[in-house]
Amino acid sequence: MTDQDKNTVEESTGLGDEGYSAAAEVGLIKARRTFSENVWRGLKSAPPSALFGLVVIALYIFFAIFAPWLAPHGEAEIFPMSYAPWSDEFIFGTDQLGRDVLSRLIYGARNTVGIAFITTLLAFIIGGGLGITAAINNNGWLDNLLSRSVDVLMAIPSLIFALILLSMFGANTLNLILIIAVLDSTRVFRIARAVSLNVVVMDYVEAARLRGEKMFWILYREILPNIMPPLVAEFGLRFCFVFLTIAALSFLGVGIQPPTADWGSMVRENAGLIQFAEYDLTAALTPMLPAAAIALLTVAVNFVVDWFLHKSSGLKD
Amino acid sequence: MHPVIRTILQRLGLGLITLFVVSLILFSSIEFLPGDFGQAVLGQAALPETVAAFRRELGLDLPLHERYLDWLGGMLTGDMGNSFSGRGSSGGSDRSRPVIELLAPRLANTLFLASMAAIISVPLALFLGITAALYRNSIYDRSVNALTLTTISMPEFFVAYLLILGLSSFTKVFPSLANISPDADFWERAYLTALPALTLTLVIVAHMMRMTRAAIINLMASPYIEMADLKGASKSEIILRHALPNAWAPIVTVIAFNLAYLVVGVVVVEVVFVYPGVGQLMVDAVTTRDVPVVQGCAMIFAATYILLNLFADIISIITNPRLLHPR
Repeated sequence: MTDQDKNTVEESTGLGDEGYSAAAEVGLIKARRTFSENVWRGLKSAPPSALFGLVVIALYIFFAIFAPWLAPHGEAEIFPMSYAPWSDEFIFGTDQLGRDVLSRLIYGARNTVGIAFITTLLAFIIGGGLGITAAINNNGWLDNLLSRSVDVLMAIPSLIFALILLSMFGANTLNLILIIAVLDSTRVFRIARAVSLNVVVMDYVEAARLRGEKMFWILYREILPNIMPPLVAEFGLRFCFVFLTIAALSFLGVGIQPPTADWGSMVRENAGLIQFAEYDLTAALTPMLPAAAIALLTVAVNFVVDWFLHKSSGLKD
Repeated sequence: MHPVIRTILQRLGLGLITLFVVSLILFSSIEFLPGDFGQAVLGQAALPETVAAFRRELGLDLPLHERYLDWLGGMLTGDMGNSFSGRGSSGGSDRSRPVIELLAPRLANTLFLASMAAIISVPLALFLGITAALYRNSIYDRSVNALTLTTISMPEFFVAYLLILGLSSFTKVFPSLANISPDADFWERAYLTALPALTLTLVIVAHMMRMTRAAIINLMASPYIEMADLKGASKSEIILRHALPNAWAPIVTVIAFNLAYLVVGVVVVEVVFVYPGVGQLMVDAVTTRDVPVVQGCAMIFAATYILLNLFADIISIITNPRLLHPR
């Protein structure tokens, strides 16, 4: 990241050229500040909501990476007592098969968030790549073909579309990732195409073309660095959508399949416990925990994206 | 031709093309089932004659385009084929029901739920949005904003279970299961549907309210509003008489868009509250891979969604004075 940042700064200010230019000197000073210093300066000016979001996201990543060491029991380990109450051994009790809820919550961070992340990444690779390609090929046959097919795909709600496709190909994790990634890449395509349309008309892109650069170079080195900020913000928002869609599908029983620990299906499996709220509040809270975990992460990501958008657009309210 | 009419016709055409592509995708869903389709549905023990008879019944021995036209004709005339469930594996005892019979009563239930949510949420969103714009940056505005931002980022089932916990488990105001019977009268239905409708309301109010507020605040910066302000018009007069008429187009668009979104929200909410609607039927059909039922439900959902979006498009075109009176 650091090296890449420096490169782009050098390129855009023409630092490599001989002779003095004011822009080069300004660029030099900016380049001298290291990446970690920049991050620190950014963090100091962040509003409390964004800091809260960052801390929550960091915690989720921590739990996802170290799940096997943090969880007191195994992901699919079954104990003789099902629906055990909250106790010292099973902090949040056990579920309908006698699996430890806390352990499944911790493994869920790895599975649910991990799958959502991979799906979003895939959606960005497909949608972003095609979107920029369409912008380079502005109003050519490829652009028209892609844009029209995206229009059609977007005319149907993605949850309904996902349900149709899942009934066609069968519900398993790989299909889930591919289907959601393709459906969501349409939204990414729109954004990527719209923002890169402003960039492809720039002189330096024209220069690269005249230089005889290949399509991939133009896409990756000339356009991508210049549309990064809106794409990064979009990544956060898309991640939320994908995360909620996967959670909803798993909740409906057609998403991530058992015995994989997953928050959406955990809510569904233990939902019946809510009826016992007046006798044992902790039992009623058991199905709420994974749902709250989902909600907390989306709220946190939204906070961070809000701050990032505010910062990168220079918007003042 | 008047440019407005041309644009509307273009949108209509695009909507029709979209529906056509959707129908192609839905139709091909049978083709994608792995292995021999008849065998898969009837089970391993089915006799070869039964499988052959089943294939003939579905018309699988006809060429593709003939089957598609046949299927499309059926869809348009309300004949959506028979459900796979209940089909006897050894011929003869065929207890499967036509998809349309399963769909029709559930569609009425779903429409009832969706319209109840719409009746509560649209006025509420408009009221909150306008007042938030009126008292901009006040504590009221901030708290409404924070609250809606939170509900917008929660999964529907979380909102639903929170409501069940608060309004059903503890206080027993509303029932947590909305399994309405066909012969319930209007008030009983409304009472049973209260919690699902409230969940849907909370989910869609946020977006509509934020758009209303943004549309009005966006206009507040324009010179004619400043003129009204200098003239000495009161703040509520400015918003209601000067800003709102120009803000209607984006507001109506976002309302129609959210009503279309209800179509999606309804699926999850119906499953949570065991509400006998189309969404639940579709989810059950997807789990059992009952393709004709999935096709029927999906067609209804897609058509509703496309129609509502088309409606939103058309309204935003015909309320836009710049398009109506081109220079």
